[in-house]
Amino acid sequence: MQWEIVIGLEVHAQLSTRSKIFSGASTAFGAAPNAEACAVDLALPGVLPVLNHGAVDRAIKLGLSVGGKINSPSIFARKNYFYPDLPKGYQISQYELPVVEGGNVTIHVGETEKTVRLVRAHLEEDAGKSLHEDFHGMTGIDLNRAGTPLLEIVSEPDMRSSAEAVAYAKTLHSLVRWIDICDGNMQEGSFRCDANVSVRPQGSDRLGTRCEIKNLNSFRFLEKAIDYEARRQIALLEDGGAIHQQTRLYDPAKDETRAMRSKEDAQDYRYFPDPDLLPLEIPASWIAEVKSGLPELPQQMRIRLERDYGLSAYDAAALTADREIAEYFDAVADKLPSDPKLCANWVMGEISSYLNNEGKLFDNCPLSPAQLVQLLTRIKDGTISGKMGKEVLRQMWIQSGEQAGGWKRHDSEPVENLVDEIIKSQGLKQISDSGELEKLIADVIAANSKSVEEFKAGKEKAFNALVGQVMKAAKGKANPAQVNEILKKKLAK
Amino acid sequence: MSLSLDEVKRIANLARIEVGEEEASAALAQLSGIFDLIQQMQAVDTSAIKPVSHAQDLMQRLRPDIVTEVDQRELFQSIAPQVEAGLYLVPKVIE
Repeated sequence: MQWEIVIGLEVHAQLSTRSKIFSGASTAFGAAPNAEACAVDLALPGVLPVLNHGAVDRAIKLGLSVGGKINSPSIFARKNYFYPDLPKGYQISQYELPVVEGGNVTIHVGETEKTVRLVRAHLEEDAGKSLHEDFHGMTGIDLNRAGTPLLEIVSEPDMRSSAEAVAYAKTLHSLVRWIDICDGNMQEGSFRCDANVSVRPQGSDRLGTRCEIKNLNSFRFLEKAIDYEARRQIALLEDGGAIHQQTRLYDPAKDETRAMRSKEDAQDYRYFPDPDLLPLEIPASWIAEVKSGLPELPQQMRIRLERDYGLSAYDAAALTADREIAEYFDAVADKLPSDPKLCANWVMGEISSYLNNEGKLFDNCPLSPAQLVQLLTRIKDGTISGKMGKEVLRQMWIQSGEQAGGWKRHDSEPVENLVDEIIKSQGLKQISDSGELEKLIADVIAANSKSVEEFKAGKEKAFNALVGQVMKAAKGKANPAQVNEILKKKLAK
Repeated sequence: MSLSLDEVKRIANLARIEVGEEEASAALAQLSGIFDLIQQMQAVDTSAIKPVSHAQDLMQRLRPDIVTEVDQRELFQSIAPQVEAGLYLVPKVIE
């Protein structure tokens, strides 16, 4: 039988506020245990939660970016369960009337575009951390993370393969960073995925029983966990078994999922509106203000790059995968509108690999877009070859130190022309004087009579050997197109 | 709507309240009384009334995103039964 995999994702994005969602404690990562757990986070008697404006602001930003509905009023609810890293005995979350309802995310898998619908996105507080290492048979509790604001983004079961699920997670990851509501750091747990996976016979419109895989903190694990889980369910069904609704954990070391708890002992969270928190009102003026502050979104920019710059869908997707590279490219192409493809190639190629090597991001690129354009201009006007351009770039990279505060703060300042200086001082200028080149070529022809004969006898390869000799004699400074042309002319005589 | 004794025990268990047979029976009678009252109230036509989530007809005040708390760990941990390396120690949790 042909099986279809059905996947829905729940993503927890940690919001990049300075303080916690209901208290004035810091959210900075890496503090000493419990140094950032205040009376509210510890649930000491008599404390009351007061909602952080910045957390709501970020939730609205996401809502508008996915075209969702912003609810006003929006309601906070208590989700009741007992665990030592949750000192109140309940988590403040949202149940009815979450901040964001509906919306959708456009994903690309290969050449195919697909829309994934969202159910909702709601605000909630994170729990603390339990350390199960041995403390004389006890568990250690660190409540620094307790009360950190999270936005839980829930999709409809619209994905049909692990590749689609990963594409969705990546698109969302890029979006939350793009609109600057979450740092997206997966190692630190700022962006975590739960996957709901079920299978059904191809063509069926009924959903199968699903299992939820918790806490996947890398795209690779997300993919592998879904693939494993789908195989497990299909094998079980084909053997005549049945799927039991379960929460499962993925074990990367063994590449398998394991049951964590089953539905029978699943929690009954007994949600109810939190009497400590009045309804949240989000006036239209607030929504309008957030809307006016939103940057051009990746999907919009992608379309613009294809339309205005004539870039391929592949290039446009790669350049809009993250906001820093997109802004850098946009600044370069804006200064050299005659050749966006050349700009794209250098930004995604040389510049990207230099930054990767040094573990730097585009915002801290030592080379400003204006400097890169100076270089590309010299390649375009034939002063230097593309190959020489790479050498010039290498030297520019060494000479230009990092600019304080990143290139954006200096983008409008005039820049000295480092490129022309390097070309001049290193004598890298191409030989464009055709007299000089013709002499060089004549010398090469005279010295390589064997290759010349072979070429005349119809051996095309011999021609390339001659071109190589000329380039060598010119120390790489000859324009290959020009060499080809003159050489052909001379050999035809 | 009436409640069974098993349901009372389940609710007590979810709330981590230990109840004996006698207490459970007493709670059953009391809770059933509350349900009866709710049933009675459900006869009232509320179709024209806007649902509320809070008893007070007010909206929430928000605080600006500013860190206002300082580290008072030592003070807070002075009343904790057991601490080590800055952590609160609790009986071992087995998942």
